[in-house]
Amino acid sequence: MKNVLEIKKLQKQFADHNAVNGIDFVVEEGKFFSILGPSGCGKTTLLRMIAGFLEPSSGSILIRDEEMIGIAPNNRPVNLVFQNLALFPMMNVEENIAFGLRRKKLSKEIISKKVNDILEKVHLKGYGKKEVTQLSGGQRQRVAIARSLVLEPSILLLDEPLGALDLKLRETMKIELKKLQEEFGTTFIYITHDQSEALVMSDKVAVMNNGSFEQIDTPKNLYANPKTSFVAGFVGESNIFLGKHLKNDAVVLNNSLELKVTCIEEISEKCKVYIRPEAIILMPEANLEDLNRFTLDIKNILFDGSNTKLLANIHNTQEEIQVSLPQNRQFSHIKLGDTIEAAVHFNDCKTYRA
Amino acid sequence: MTAKHIGLNMKNATSLGFYVFLVPIILWLGLLIVIPQIELLIMSLRFENDDEIMVWSFENYKEFFNNDIYWLTFLRTAMYAIFVTFLTFIITFPIAFYITKIVNKRYSAFLIILLLLPFWVSELVRVYGWTIILRESGVINYFLQGMGLTTSGIELLYNDASMIMGLVYTSMLFMVVPLISSLEGMDDSYIEAAHDLGASKLTIFFKIVIPYSASGIVSGSIVVFMLTLGNYLTPNLMGGKNSLWFTEQIYNEFIASLNWNQGAAFGFLLLALSSFIIWLGLKLTKQNLSKALS
Repeated sequence: MKNVLEIKKLQKQFADHNAVNGIDFVVEEGKFFSILGPSGCGKTTLLRMIAGFLEPSSGSILIRDEEMIGIAPNNRPVNLVFQNLALFPMMNVEENIAFGLRRKKLSKEIISKKVNDILEKVHLKGYGKKEVTQLSGGQRQRVAIARSLVLEPSILLLDEPLGALDLKLRETMKIELKKLQEEFGTTFIYITHDQSEALVMSDKVAVMNNGSFEQIDTPKNLYANPKTSFVAGFVGESNIFLGKHLKNDAVVLNNSLELKVTCIEEISEKCKVYIRPEAIILMPEANLEDLNRFTLDIKNILFDGSNTKLLANIHNTQEEIQVSLPQNRQFSHIKLGDTIEAAVHFNDCKTYRA
Repeated sequence: MTAKHIGLNMKNATSLGFYVFLVPIILWLGLLIVIPQIELLIMSLRFENDDEIMVWSFENYKEFFNNDIYWLTFLRTAMYAIFVTFLTFIITFPIAFYITKIVNKRYSAFLIILLLLPFWVSELVRVYGWTIILRESGVINYFLQGMGLTTSGIELLYNDASMIMGLVYTSMLFMVVPLISSLEGMDDSYIEAAHDLGASKLTIFFKIVIPYSASGIVSGSIVVFMLTLGNYLTPNLMGGKNSLWFTEQIYNEFIASLNWNQGAAFGFLLLALSSFIIWLGLKLTKQNLSKALS
């Protein structure tokens, strides 16, 4: 697959800090690529450099093998969907979408045909004459995307466009965005701090922290095999334990419980063990191997529908742990104060430097 | 006490409050604006005939059209007021844009205060300030002579250019404030989005910035136009005898000729003119008054 975007040693220095700290990556043609990171990690700076609103301090940005440094935003084959969408309030839907086409000096007939085609594609047929203020949040979203996609950019950049929507609509728009991307086949680069948005929609996700990428991977790999403790903590939920590393991949937590773990990094002594709530097996069969076995004292049941968890203490220790309940209601009989046998596989105890 | 009673009391309370605030405005408008205007309207329609008897007549209005000097002054005043409004806009728009969009937000409040500062001084003093700079023995002539560019002083005052400059200067504040407030409301992302969609800087200015700030431009223009059209002081002091501003004609009728009936008729013509031009301006720019002033 050809690379639509290639970024080499990209760096952006502001007065007092490096917002983007020497990043290298490529994005393949037609993919949904997300950049996931906490606020202040430099993801917006990176996006604005690709769009052309910021000049990098050093490094290069190649779009379809053409160098973009020094080219103004209006001459780059990329378009940006803004966080607040930035639909022009003094124009109606049709004029908003036609704005970019008019700048290309296309004929009236072609413009109106393209506008109508794209309105149909984003399921807003007949909305052309409406004022943008008359639209719902989801419709405005689609107009903003249509306004950019009608220009047939090489890459569509999206700057947390779902941030302003309420939870229900955000869930719907996630799926809709993914579908739109597949229909159009345009490369999307999507930045967000919401891991669920990134995991659901993307072909690949780059996790960004402090101006650098921690890991670029498929959503599945990112979740299953986080390469750094930051990724393990940021993507998905984890129980995190501080411990002391003994030899042979064994860790002792607070001088009380010993676990067999999988070390992801070179570890000297202090370490952090990450265990996903769903990795814990309740009432394991006696013949299973490679398990750390312990007893749980149930302290609380955190009911949240399909996402209900147990809050428990590991017996005879101070360690608190959250455990996901299996979907089959096999353990719905568990009550407060119960004691229950549990275990976790060695491979599910991922251990990083502290 | 039922809920219905409470509801009724609440309603009474709000309507009482409404009248308490409405009455002073009605009194103010009625006693100081409407009644004197009606008095002037009646006056403008009264005419002293050859037998020295006051009769109802349009004679005062006919006089305006029969005498070239009156309606030519009238036309000239209207044209210059439009020109001054336009010029004020051209000069203040970059200032407003700079303060709201380009300069660091920390300094914009400071810059706005700098803009307001001269307006703490009365218009009279500011206009006299200009005459000190521009007159034959004034500051500019002093430097010109000092550099040997001229031997005799040049009279820079009392011409159309100096008058227009003075009018623009006195009007600037009333344009810049609404412009700043409408530009402040414009999110920078509109400009960036337009840039991203392929617009050049010029296109962004004409297609995004100007249409977005249209309401500010219109309200600023209305205020500046009305103030300029009705200005007496600045045309008189900076334009001198040649200024031929219509307000001076009204003044002359009231004070010099003591012909209040004629003066009243002129006053009404000016009111009609300014209303008509504003209406035309709103129609041409497809704006509406309540939207522009909100």
